Amino acid sequence: MPIILWTDALVFLLVACAIGAGFYVNRREYLLASWRRVGESRAGMASLTVLAAFIAVGLLDSLHYRPRLDDVPGRTTANGYGSEVRSALDALLQPLRSGTEKTYSAPLATHLYAKETVELPDGSQTRVFPRLQHGGAHLENPEQDWGKDVAARTVQGLALAVLAALTFSAIVVQAAALRWGLGWQATWRRIWRGETQFAWNAVLAALAVLMLLAGPVISLAGGYHVFGTDKVGQDVLYLTLKSIRTGLVIGTITTLSMLPFAVALGIVAGYRGGWIDDLIQYLYTTLNSIPSVLLIAASVLMVQVAIDTHPDWFATAAQRADARLLALCLILGVTSWTGLCRLLRAETLKLRELEYVQAAQAFGASASRIMGRHILPNVMHIVLIAVVMDFSGLVLAEAVLSYIGIGVDPSTISFGTMINTARLELAREPVVWWSLIAAFAFMFVLVLAANLFSDAVRDAFDPRVAGRRVAAVAQEKAA
Amino acid sequence: MSLLRVESLQTSLAGAAGVVRAVDDVTFEVAAGETFALLGESGCGKSMTALSLMRLLPDAGSIVGGRVLLGGRDLLALSESEMREVRGSELAMIFQEPATSLNPVLSVGEQIVEVLERHASINGTAARRRALELVAAVGIPDPERRLDEYPFQLSGGMKQRVMIAMALAGDPALLIADEPTTALDVTIQAQVLELLGQIQRSRGMGMLLITHDLGIVSQLAQRVGVMYAGELVEIADRAAFFASPKHPYSNKLFAALPRPERRGAMLETIPGSVPPLSAMFAGCRFAERCPSAWARCRDEGPAWHTAGESHAVRCHLFDPTAPDEEGSSRITAASPLQVTDKETPPPQADTSLLEVSDLKVHFPIRQGVFKRVVGQVKAVDGVSLRLTLGRTLALVGESGCGKTTVGKAILQLLQPSGGNVRFAGEELTSLSPARLRALRADMQIVFQDPYGSLDPRMRVGDIIEEGMAALGTASGLAVRDRQIDEMMARVGLSSEMRGRYPHEFSGGQRQRIAIARALAVAPRLLVCDEPTSALDVSVQAQILNLLKELQATLGLAYLFITHNIGVVEYLAHEVAVMYLGRIVERGGVREILNDPKHPYTEALLSAVPRLDADSGRPVIVLKGDMPSPARPPAGCHFHPRCPRAMPQCSVGYPAETQLGGGRSVCCYLYEQIRS
Repeated sequence: MPIILWTDALVFLLVACAIGAGFYVNRREYLLASWRRVGESRAGMASLTVLAAFIAVGLLDSLHYRPRLDDVPGRTTANGYGSEVRSALDALLQPLRSGTEKTYSAPLATHLYAKETVELPDGSQTRVFPRLQHGGAHLENPEQDWGKDVAARTVQGLALAVLAALTFSAIVVQAAALRWGLGWQATWRRIWRGETQFAWNAVLAALAVLMLLAGPVISLAGGYHVFGTDKVGQDVLYLTLKSIRTGLVIGTITTLSMLPFAVALGIVAGYRGGWIDDLIQYLYTTLNSIPSVLLIAASVLMVQVAIDTHPDWFATAAQRADARLLALCLILGVTSWTGLCRLLRAETLKLRELEYVQAAQAFGASASRIMGRHILPNVMHIVLIAVVMDFSGLVLAEAVLSYIGIGVDPSTISFGTMINTARLELAREPVVWWSLIAAFAFMFVLVLAANLFSDAVRDAFDPRVAGRRVAAVAQEKAA
Repeated sequence: MSLLRVESLQTSLAGAAGVVRAVDDVTFEVAAGETFALLGESGCGKSMTALSLMRLLPDAGSIVGGRVLLGGRDLLALSESEMREVRGSELAMIFQEPATSLNPVLSVGEQIVEVLERHASINGTAARRRALELVAAVGIPDPERRLDEYPFQLSGGMKQRVMIAMALAGDPALLIADEPTTALDVTIQAQVLELLGQIQRSRGMGMLLITHDLGIVSQLAQRVGVMYAGELVEIADRAAFFASPKHPYSNKLFAALPRPERRGAMLETIPGSVPPLSAMFAGCRFAERCPSAWARCRDEGPAWHTAGESHAVRCHLFDPTAPDEEGSSRITAASPLQVTDKETPPPQADTSLLEVSDLKVHFPIRQGVFKRVVGQVKAVDGVSLRLTLGRTLALVGESGCGKTTVGKAILQLLQPSGGNVRFAGEELTSLSPARLRALRADMQIVFQDPYGSLDPRMRVGDIIEEGMAALGTASGLAVRDRQIDEMMARVGLSSEMRGRYPHEFSGGQRQRIAIARALAVAPRLLVCDEPTSALDVSVQAQILNLLKELQATLGLAYLFITHNIGVVEYLAHEVAVMYLGRIVERGGVREILNDPKHPYTEALLSAVPRLDADSGRPVIVLKGDMPSPARPPAGCHFHPRCPRAMPQCSVGYPAETQLGGGRSVCCYLYEQIRS
């Protein structure tokens, strides 16, 4: 039975918005020109490729359903569906999800990380590192075969990755060759040397690197816990993949909930002036002077109390956790619109004095029409730049908030909760380092890609930066 | 031997569309003690030439070839550190915009002393003494105090004087002045031009003057070089040049200038636009726009030919080896004008369209925590005007006198603080917003800056449609569609351009779009707020012709706000001269321009640089700057600067004196005569 959580609905609304914006941009030459400049940026396109991989994982993880339980007679609920909500990603990662161990195990290990007392066949007891139930379970003799098996699987994964990368490149080159009417080799040379407008070589290179990393991981994940397991034996690779959705949701839905405040209030304050401006300025100055962590903590705790006292509102635990995630997004949004609002107010103050706005006033155009037709389109580049730049900050903010315990629901898997549990693991002897490293690596790559992409977007849309860049590129070409 | 010798200088800029040859094979000389003027329209490469001489090109620019010899030394062969030694001490430059050429966080004195320490190697009190001398030399009153002031405390004219003082600090042999007065008002321009001329004469300095204004050239230069599309096309002595410009482009420039003797006739325009400098040129660069071009002009670039004593032209027309029947018959002098002075007869008194009486716009000055009103900026303080259908009233004045505010207050874009505006019998100041909206279709405005007045995110068709949609003048999409096409045709644009965005158009085309937008709602009154001041002369002529034609066919009334006297002479029927928020003199255009009564009008008219600089007409140079409208002087606002001030002028503001024939003036000089 498909389940649409609140955040799922918003995520797909965002996807729909993005597709709609794509069509809108496609019909407007001046916007298309800016996006083409984004497409020319190698760093931007490489990071967009990485981001796209993250987004694909996040979207897969946003398709939720409740599995039918008819295969377990006697345990069906009233309507025949389990109370557990799963996603398409869970279904794909079924072996990882269900292959839990007892407790910690190191990456690619065959034995547990902790000694256990086991009873020997002769009745005596001894403390050993027991074999894992799933990790390396196919090995008869792990001491001898482990190295060989890991190497074999890595090579196999790499080979598959190379094959996949080549196939994909071939498809792109073939399509490009057909489009440009060039020969295979000429097309390949053009793409490889970066003579194309769109930075195809960056996309292909980024994809190849991604595949070369993913190939061995997928191949090894068939028999091992590639990133080890956590305290309750869950696969850390599975946890990090699940965390991606949480990070993306926080980064995007927060922005979505902040935009109406920032855009509407900023433009109205700048355009109307007078007491309206005073009121809005007062509002955001006050909001800004409250320590944001305090405000967020208070709001989150209030929401949590409300959720805890009304268990009847939610049919499943997942829906409850999702409500808390959504609440966190909204709270972060409500507290973070001030910066953008201030920027937009200042820009509107400038635009208001421009002559085309006055010309519209001379036509008796209404204030809302002027704000909608003349001011909004002319501040959109600021909004866009702010949105992509805020994204990475919000992903990091989630980690910090979850770490101090006012973030997402403890049952929601996120980078923040992973880091929070890693706090105790690092204090343990011998140290358990893999879950922190895994969370750190994934979050780092996500945020870095988002930052590089936002730089490319800013370069393309900020008129001052764009002008400078065009001059520099032109000079390069001349030289 | 000449002081500066530029030999086939070539500078190129790397642009998005490819390499732009901004300066191509430019050769000229400047002798010591001589002023050489580089004349040309925007984008012709004259500023790039100056920057190439200083080797201060933008990052994208580079000097590709040629030599620049200053006192026999090739500047292009110097290292950057040697060049730094040359800049400021041998070569100095004054820029166009004094407001941004001074560092706002350093006092004026510090900035001058900095140059002295670098180039004259004097420090401490000696440097300060020298700075004082320099500041006094450029005519800044009270130099002791001014030296410690910051740029924001100085007016635009003062700042330009400081810039000149800084340029003189290194005692340069050659001064490059890049449009030194373009950002200044006419009366201030007169002050600065006089100063430049005087300094140049007394120091025997060479000066390279870069300008687009023929009047300034005539007043200041000894020799003239005309630039077009990166090339010099004509070099001549001033007298020879103004007596008979030879190159067809120079001829066209003269013909495009609005002048009183051309009233009633169309101005000459240059068809087409300057070709993009990234193109390769086979023939003459002006051939596409030249009325006397023939086949040879398109195939072969012209060489320099002499055309009289110290007069050289780059044009095939003057090739002595050319066959006679091709060349001589084509030489066109400044095109003959058919002056058909059919003025529209002065209409009857009862057709008055707009009547403004005692209009006041005051802006409160607020201070303190509670924003208490501590004073008023009296931007407009009691202005009365009258305008009838089919006529043009020019509102003339310098920047800051409140003329734009008058225009906006008439259209109710600003709330007047007092007075009445009657438009077609309706009192606008007390009209309900809904009634006012209905009347908006009757009165429209065209702004000064064609780049700021069109929304960059809207297509041209949508821009023109906006007024119709907002006012609901044309119902039905098909009707509106047809009207947009009509409007575009009327202002000389083709309807295929509807789908384009404003940035794809040139300045003149944008101004046409702005006019089409205003006309789309069929107004009867058009307020034109300096519609041509951001445009080149040849483009200005096109817009003035268009306005004139529209008035003739549609019977529009224009309130023409401007500081350009030439445009007033050409277009206006009546003139009102404003000074510091009040009208000081009004009347018919001929009476006012030929026989100004008010001392301010007199000074304003005499300060406009004229083409006939040697006519012996005295230039009245006013002292000081316009006072702030927040604290106008007591009595007559003009008396602190007035050369004919009397004791009573500082006591009370003079009443309006009627001089007959619809003329009036606010000055005690004429009150006495009458009484």
